Amino acid sequence: MSTIANTIFSPELAARFDKLVTIYPVKRSALIPMLLYAQDEVGYVSEAVIQEIAKRLDLFDLEVRSVLSYYSMLRTKPAGKYNIQVCTNISCMLRGGYEILDHCKSKLGIGHKQVTPDGKFSLEEVECIGACCWAPAMQVNYDFHDELTPAKVDEILADYSAKATEKDGK
Amino acid sequence: MPRLVSHPDEVKVLSRRFGQGAANIDKYVELDGYAAVQKAIAQGEEMPTWIINTMKSSGLRGRGGAGFPTGMKWSFVPKASPKPKYVLVNGDESEPGTCKDHVLFREDPHAVIEGAMIGGLAVGAKMGFIYLRGEYRYLLNIMEKAVADAYAKGFLGKNIFGKEGLDFDIVTQTGAGAYEVGEESALMESLEGKRGVPRIRPPFPAVVGLYGGPTIINNAETIANAPHILLMGGEAYAALGTERNGGTRLFGISGHVERPGVYELPMGYSLRKAIYEVAGGIKGGKQLKAVVPGGASCPVLRADEIDVGLDFDQMAKAGTMLGSGGIVVLDETVSIVEFALRTIKFYQHESCGWCIPCREGTDWIKKTLTRVYEGGGQKKDIDNVQYLAENMMGRTFCPLGDAAAMPTLGFVKKFRKEFEDYIDGKRAGTPVMTEQELVGAGH
Repeated sequence: MSTIANTIFSPELAARFDKLVTIYPVKRSALIPMLLYAQDEVGYVSEAVIQEIAKRLDLFDLEVRSVLSYYSMLRTKPAGKYNIQVCTNISCMLRGGYEILDHCKSKLGIGHKQVTPDGKFSLEEVECIGACCWAPAMQVNYDFHDELTPAKVDEILADYSAKATEKDGK
Repeated sequence: MPRLVSHPDEVKVLSRRFGQGAANIDKYVELDGYAAVQKAIAQGEEMPTWIINTMKSSGLRGRGGAGFPTGMKWSFVPKASPKPKYVLVNGDESEPGTCKDHVLFREDPHAVIEGAMIGGLAVGAKMGFIYLRGEYRYLLNIMEKAVADAYAKGFLGKNIFGKEGLDFDIVTQTGAGAYEVGEESALMESLEGKRGVPRIRPPFPAVVGLYGGPTIINNAETIANAPHILLMGGEAYAALGTERNGGTRLFGISGHVERPGVYELPMGYSLRKAIYEVAGGIKGGKQLKAVVPGGASCPVLRADEIDVGLDFDQMAKAGTMLGSGGIVVLDETVSIVEFALRTIKFYQHESCGWCIPCREGTDWIKKTLTRVYEGGGQKKDIDNVQYLAENMMGRTFCPLGDAAAMPTLGFVKKFRKEFEDYIDGKRAGTPVMTEQELVGAGH
């Protein structure tokens, strides 16, 4: 049972949060992990997420919002089910990062920070993701895909598209 | 997934367990894992002094980029402190060109944990934090499992290794996407649940750090070296490198080379050999144009400047930095103007905005270089870029301002002709991004 009545999170996540606020010398330290895990479950950091996290950490909503706006992985609008993040930073750029980004744009028919109409995919051009020696690379949600070619990207997108459809069917 | 590479010139100290399944705690123990921390505990009363002296004699210098001697850093922590002390492992690897810690967390997570424990025992801290960048979620999962396994064996928690009164806890977490948080004081802010803006120093973290307590903060690679150093002895480790640059380090070689990858080479190894022998030379038999030798913030070296040893002092003498060990290789086809623009675009995006010279400087350099790149540049633009960069240097709380200014100065000074050619309309490239996209990319 969560310490917060009427939690908006799943029982598992609520229990995880109950524990998370106890492991740091200061409760507030749990803020960034909580925002991330809440985003993973809800899809984005909604108003309700901000309010509940603020309550759990004894913060003002404004304090949560201030931190939220700083970190580029946190978003206040829904992304696609699969968020494609293509790195175009120097090591990736040298090995075709922009070609991969352009390929994704034309394949998905969307641009930077846009979502496909079916909600399956969103696309982002991102800064270095720490896969420089296996460039060009991208992340789909948290999964790394590297040594990319347009053909490899096609396969990856097809796999995720099938996965998304499969999940919808269930 | 990181592809492991190998070359006969490698000296495998830190990477000796890579590829052997050492993420499994039993395998790690079988490969001398947790032997170093027990060796330290066996020193009894002398333990803190013994660890710090061994670290000092190893000549190990910070692998995050600054190259500060680790043993000395640890010795700055006051023995008595009214506030709890902490160990903070910086795994917020985000310097473009750098992916060494990615491999380390994946292949040898327990070495990071054991290193953090050793740091804790050296300074009298009972709690450690391992902070990974937000993108490394799968590596956080690996680290969390490793920490849980260590608790289950009694290596972490209360009375570690059965030693009464010896406690050490570790908390792992990730950030949420911010280059700036890789800077030590911004990292502490982030770990306290705040925006990652830097703190002014002094006081230094060794005196006033996390939660106001004395804190040692080290790069993940630095800390993971500690167990190896305690096992092999400080002098033996030092002997692998060059004078004042002990040991080996992980070099990530990327860009236009035949065999990119993370290689462990002795400090002082030739940059030319690292490119032409270890990484197999320039991709497709092309000519080398330039090298960014230690992550995006390091001033560029021209093709005729690569006969230099890869250690902190030799690189400084060559007018650049060893940085984070991320060697980015550019072949003859690369437009330096485009590369310089991509580099400053990154720093502009990541500047936290706390200090005006960095916030405004990165933005104006980006705008000016965009104009040059797109063919609308004016003669004065090159001098303006240089002027902006020079005025950012040393005028910010944290080194991000310098990190943006230094490579910019390198590009415009060493490749000025190329910038002039763009302005003269001799080489107006096809823009890779529109102005709208470039400006919009910064949120």
